[in-house]
Amino acid sequence: MSFINYSAREINCKIVFYGPGLGGKTTNLQYIYKKTNPDSKGKMISLATESERTLFFDFLPLALGNIKGFKVRFHLYTVPGQVFYDASRKLILKGVDGVVFVADSQAERMEADIESMDNLRKNLQEQGYNLDNLPFVIQYNKRDLPSAVSMDELNQALNPKGVPCFEAVAPQGQGVFETLKEIAKQVILEIKKGS
Amino acid sequence: MPDPGLIMYEEEFKQIDAELHRLHQQANAKVTFLVDKNGQLISAVGETDNLDTTSLASLTAGNIAATGGMAKLLGEKDFSILFHEGERDNIHISLIGRIILVVIFDQRSSLGLVRLRVKKSVEILSQILQRILQKVDQAKAPTGSGGAPKEQAKSPFSEITEDDIEKLFG
Repeated sequence: MSFINYSAREINCKIVFYGPGLGGKTTNLQYIYKKTNPDSKGKMISLATESERTLFFDFLPLALGNIKGFKVRFHLYTVPGQVFYDASRKLILKGVDGVVFVADSQAERMEADIESMDNLRKNLQEQGYNLDNLPFVIQYNKRDLPSAVSMDELNQALNPKGVPCFEAVAPQGQGVFETLKEIAKQVILEIKKGS
Repeated sequence: MPDPGLIMYEEEFKQIDAELHRLHQQANAKVTFLVDKNGQLISAVGETDNLDTTSLASLTAGNIAATGGMAKLLGEKDFSILFHEGERDNIHISLIGRIILVVIFDQRSSLGLVRLRVKKSVEILSQILQRILQKVDQAKAPTGSGGAPKEQAKSPFSEITEDDIEKLFG
């Protein structure tokens, strides 16, 4: 959960990008990294295999600015999407403040999306979290591909509660910052509620 | 929620910093730092100028999490000490409840000396951590059971507006 340092006047929050393999979680972070002012970002760390599949996590620290005299830092993490890395995914969810689910819009990945969403809910539950009470945003990525399913259909399958959702084409940045902004907002409002 | 957010107050922060300075000196270390298990850096002391401490903190936590997962598979609760040996620099990592103490050292020190000094620091840091947790508990308890600490009473976050958040994204 968030770490509030009254001495250094800092708030640190952890946001995890979750979703099926090859859905674009790492691409989201890479785009944010590319487009952020060098003063406000740290180094992006990717623990990936030689074929650039995420092995453990990607990590990007972002310092966006100040709120009430406190520096607000977001630590963005991705999980490895491939099914057999479940143990690693559980570890990365520890202490999470907000979750972005990056879904793959293609019809042939619908099943993987649903499986990953179930896996997210289950892994959170194991650690005592309830997805319905956590800051949560869904991003429908790869909207530019010909086999992309309609938003209605995706929402029906993945978003029965109607949490905020965004259409995205992550390599071109479409929808990336909109998603980040929404989750950041929800996380900060959650800290406000807790104070 | 299973894991309440960590809140650090000025008084304990100074005590932690002082202990890290003491350990840095007595263990002849290059850097000593403290990280929350979730990867948030709490404090770092020593030759940190050319060191990416934020990334180091996150990777340390990932490291502890991964070895913790391995421990559970073996039926162990945790592996409380990790040691990585390099050609020049070495890293000694020890787990203290929900925080992690890291010492980076080179040939000017030795594993034996670091282990000895870390042992003492772990005791002191655990006590400080205990006090922080008590303070947070007190602050969260309903009024009438000891009163909240001063800092909590004037929490600046209760007045955050959507405008403040908008400004973050300029």
